[in-house]
Amino acid sequence: MASGNSERDVTATAVKIVVAGGFGVGKTTLVGSVSEIPPLRTEELITEASAGVDDLSGVERKNTTTVALDFGRITINPKLILYLFGTPGQNRFWFMWDELARGALGAVVLADTRRLDSCFPAVDFFEGRGVPFIVGVNCFDDAHRYTVEEVRAALDLDPHVPVVLCDARARQSTKDVLITLMQYVLARTRLASAR
Amino acid sequence: MIVDQDAWFDDAAGPLVRPYAVTGGRTRADTHGLDLITLVVAVREPAGDLEPESLRILRVCQAPMSVVEVAAHVNLPLQVVKVLLSDLITQNLMIYRSAGPSAEAPSPQILQAVLDGIRKL
Ligand SMILES: Nc1nc2c(ncn2[C@@H]2O[C@H](COP(=O)(O)OP(=O)(O)OP(=O)(O)O)[C@@H](O)[C@H]2O)c(=O)[nH]1
Ligand SMILES: [Mg+2]
Repeated sequence: MASGNSERDVTATAVKIVVAGGFGVGKTTLVGSVSEIPPLRTEELITEASAGVDDLSGVERKNTTTVALDFGRITINPKLILYLFGTPGQNRFWFMWDELARGALGAVVLADTRRLDSCFPAVDFFEGRGVPFIVGVNCFDDAHRYTVEEVRAALDLDPHVPVVLCDARARQSTKDVLITLMQYVLARTRLASAR
Repeated sequence: MIVDQDAWFDDAAGPLVRPYAVTGGRTRADTHGLDLITLVVAVREPAGDLEPESLRILRVCQAPMSVVEVAAHVNLPLQVVKVLLSDLITQNLMIYRSAGPSAEAPSPQILQAVLDGIRKL
């Protein structure tokens, strides 16, 4: 780390939770309902190279597109900042998910019961990476209400993965989702260290 | 089902590669391995000339914030911001604190503090 002769220093720790799920399932809404700042948005450049290109030199001349990602922040205390990241709506940009998931405390997979299958990729991704996750069933008004057990069966989840019903627009509901996630992560960590 | 670790793109997206950020006619890289939530802060006034983008970054980083927040505030793509930040760190104009080795599991103390903090919201 570079040293400075200034009084300024970076002593806080930053951690993150990832909110994933299909297109339009309420990820940004969930982040916004608990964030202390309005969700911010940033973009990453992606170069769409033409098929068959195996030489990466000069990629900057090829067409670039961007993938957006949004996030919120909760200052837990002056030494600990929690960031909440919504994954890009388009599941196809897996490398973005890689960076998002790396070092994450855990993840919330939001499911919309009108199209449960849209969260399969997220479930598969976190299972494959060993990132602890819970499933939040976002209850849209016009949706048929499933029971937690029906959702669990439909997603073929491990029995220990918590599934909670939620309303991403409601701060208290989102808090409950995050509390469930953190309790689950803590329990897993204690279990692992006890072994 | 396990996600194919090499599946960086699907058929609809076409082959994708991450471009290097090209600034000032040179290809530069983030040499400090900055992460989305690496915290950075400006510590010194620049002595010489800097690109306008770098000056904007220094201006928004008067208090510690994460790399991703910097990118959102200066409205530039993440990779470009990482490269510019990396240069500013190398020039001793900024300092950073990485999120720690990401392979390492967060401590139960941190997890408990996050849980307590969310409860108190
Ligand atoms: N009834 C109801 N509507 C919701 C709920 N959560 C989100 N919405 C609405 O659903 C729409 C989509 O929500 P977003 O938060 O933008 O969804 P998203 O997952 O971020 O969408 P993308 O980033 O485009 O994938 C918005 O109009 C929200 O107001 C919910 O719990 N109940
Ligand atoms: Mg969104």
